[in-house]
Amino acid sequence: MNIINIEHIAKIYHLGFEEVRALSDVSLKIDKNEYVAIMGPSGSGKSTLMNMLGCLDTPTSGKYDFKGVSVSEMNDNELARIRNKEIGFVFQTFNLLPRSDALHNVELPLIYSGISYAERRERAEKALVDVGLGDRIKHKPNELSGGQRQRVAVARALVTQPSIILADEPTGNLDSKTGEEIMQLLNEIHNNGNTIILVTHEEYIAAHAARIIRLKDGLVEKDEIVERRYEPDTKISGVN
Amino acid sequence: MRYILFELKEGLLIALGALRSNKVRTSLTMLGIFIGITVVVLMSTAIKGIDNSFQQGISALGSDVLYIDKWAWFSNEDWWRLRNRDNIDMEDYEKFKELARLPVAVAPVINSQQTVKYQDRRVEGVFLTGSSSDYVKTTNFTFDQGRFYSEIESNASRQVGVIGSEIAKELFPRGDALDKTIKIGGANFKIVGVLSEQGSFILGPWNPDNQVFIPIGSIFKNFVAQHRGTITLNVRAPNPGLVEETKAEAEGVMRKVRGLKYDEENDFSINQQEGLMENYNSVVGVIQIAGLFITGLSLFVGAIGIMNIMFVSVRERTREIGIRKAIGARKRTILSQFLLESSAICILGGIAGLIAAILGSMALNQYFPTSIQVDAVIIAIGVSAITGILSGLAPAYTASKLDPVESLRYE
Repeated sequence: MNIINIEHIAKIYHLGFEEVRALSDVSLKIDKNEYVAIMGPSGSGKSTLMNMLGCLDTPTSGKYDFKGVSVSEMNDNELARIRNKEIGFVFQTFNLLPRSDALHNVELPLIYSGISYAERRERAEKALVDVGLGDRIKHKPNELSGGQRQRVAVARALVTQPSIILADEPTGNLDSKTGEEIMQLLNEIHNNGNTIILVTHEEYIAAHAARIIRLKDGLVEKDEIVERRYEPDTKISGVN
Repeated sequence: MRYILFELKEGLLIALGALRSNKVRTSLTMLGIFIGITVVVLMSTAIKGIDNSFQQGISALGSDVLYIDKWAWFSNEDWWRLRNRDNIDMEDYEKFKELARLPVAVAPVINSQQTVKYQDRRVEGVFLTGSSSDYVKTTNFTFDQGRFYSEIESNASRQVGVIGSEIAKELFPRGDALDKTIKIGGANFKIVGVLSEQGSFILGPWNPDNQVFIPIGSIFKNFVAQHRGTITLNVRAPNPGLVEETKAEAEGVMRKVRGLKYDEENDFSINQQEGLMENYNSVVGVIQIAGLFITGLSLFVGAIGIMNIMFVSVRERTREIGIRKAIGARKRTILSQFLLESSAICILGGIAGLIAAILGSMALNQYFPTSIQVDAVIIAIGVSAITGILSGLAPAYTASKLDPVESLRYE
């Protein structure tokens, strides 16, 4: 079954009297355990599409079904619930709470899903160990390197065992070596059966994915299967 | 329901965490509420204290007593006209006592100020009250030791006296005043009775605790020339319900005693504690309202400070709000987080203020009667909680309505 099924969605913003069509007409399906990269130049609508896929925003028109449930007509609370349970976000700027330690950052989504203290601490700790930060759980973001911060973010995305991981330029703020490490981590996560959607404008980052969707001017320009997928083989952590 | 409790608990932990990570700002904001609550509570305990002590003092004097006097206690009448009235003298008293039917007791009263000494201890400027043995029946006095002077002692103008509790404490720290001979002015008086504590600082020299009571004949003999002073007649009604009748009768009798014609005005005044009460209430009422208004204003300023800080905090944490929303916080969760934050500031500040006020009023109590009321405590905490919620409401609502996409983009 498709996890994501989008049919003819459009998103129109009004800036003053001007009408901006961020997405004109996009349809796509994403299956379980796919590794999809969404690419496109700036202004192509990939950020809007990502917000849509991540249930941060609703389309102006069209249909969006998430695991068979229609998202297009959901209210704010229902969207919050979907984001909490089904989607794990990894952002370009990490977006960790600066004054909280790694453990608290990772357990935060579990707080919002009402999980008891003992259980969520245990799960958050395990998620941090899985991304190779078992010895950094009490560190605050400013005591961690960029790569480590992004790993905390990945742990936070994984801790709820979501249906999809949505990574928006996850290597954008990292040097190429650390970026590559994060990509390896995503690969492992994918190999463990997770569904990953990657938003990027870098070809070599997109090359990690198994399928690339290219956007242009709010439309899908190309939706292709990657023939020779770049798959790093070094294992850097114990994701399972 | 359980989920709401869970959310409240987690929200509170998050709020306290946010407050802890911003200690300077939190404590400065708290200071506003702290000062507000301190002054409001202090003010209300002081007002309550004054009120209590006034009521207590008044009831010691008896609320059903009329005071027939040359002077009016509270009036707008010309001072010179009052001054030109004839003095009320002992003859007036005798006639009045004979003619008046209703009163249970009538006592002539005259005062003087004298220094009172016992051995090497002395109290200066003591209010000396001279009267008859009926005087005690016009009051609600209770005795620590001894008794009031008797009719025989009074009629014979003996050198005997009854002293108030404060005087007794000053002159006889060991409490052995009874039957001792003290010097009032230059004359010797034997103490036949000591009053237990009656009163109230607010009555000043009128407080029985600071007075000495001797027979009126003795006061004329030793301190005041009889033809020079005007006396006051203390007239007690049979019960509080008959005060008006007693007053009407007293007016008629007094006009007769003074030989006034039907078209002549009264050349005396009938005073009542009620007048004192009314006067007190109007003065204290104004002080109360003004005091609570001014102190309330400082609480209000504190609340505005909190609202301001919360708005800044929401603006500053836009990105944090975006993150929380992206990973699943609902509107309600964000709303309660910020409301709990502002309430926590207020309640903590309020409790600190309350403690300061209690300590402050204990310290003040050395000089000034204060009275901490349980309701004042409850109101103080309630007011701070409400202040917190009200001042946090607008900022928290703003925060909860933020769009996750935009707030994540916010720099």
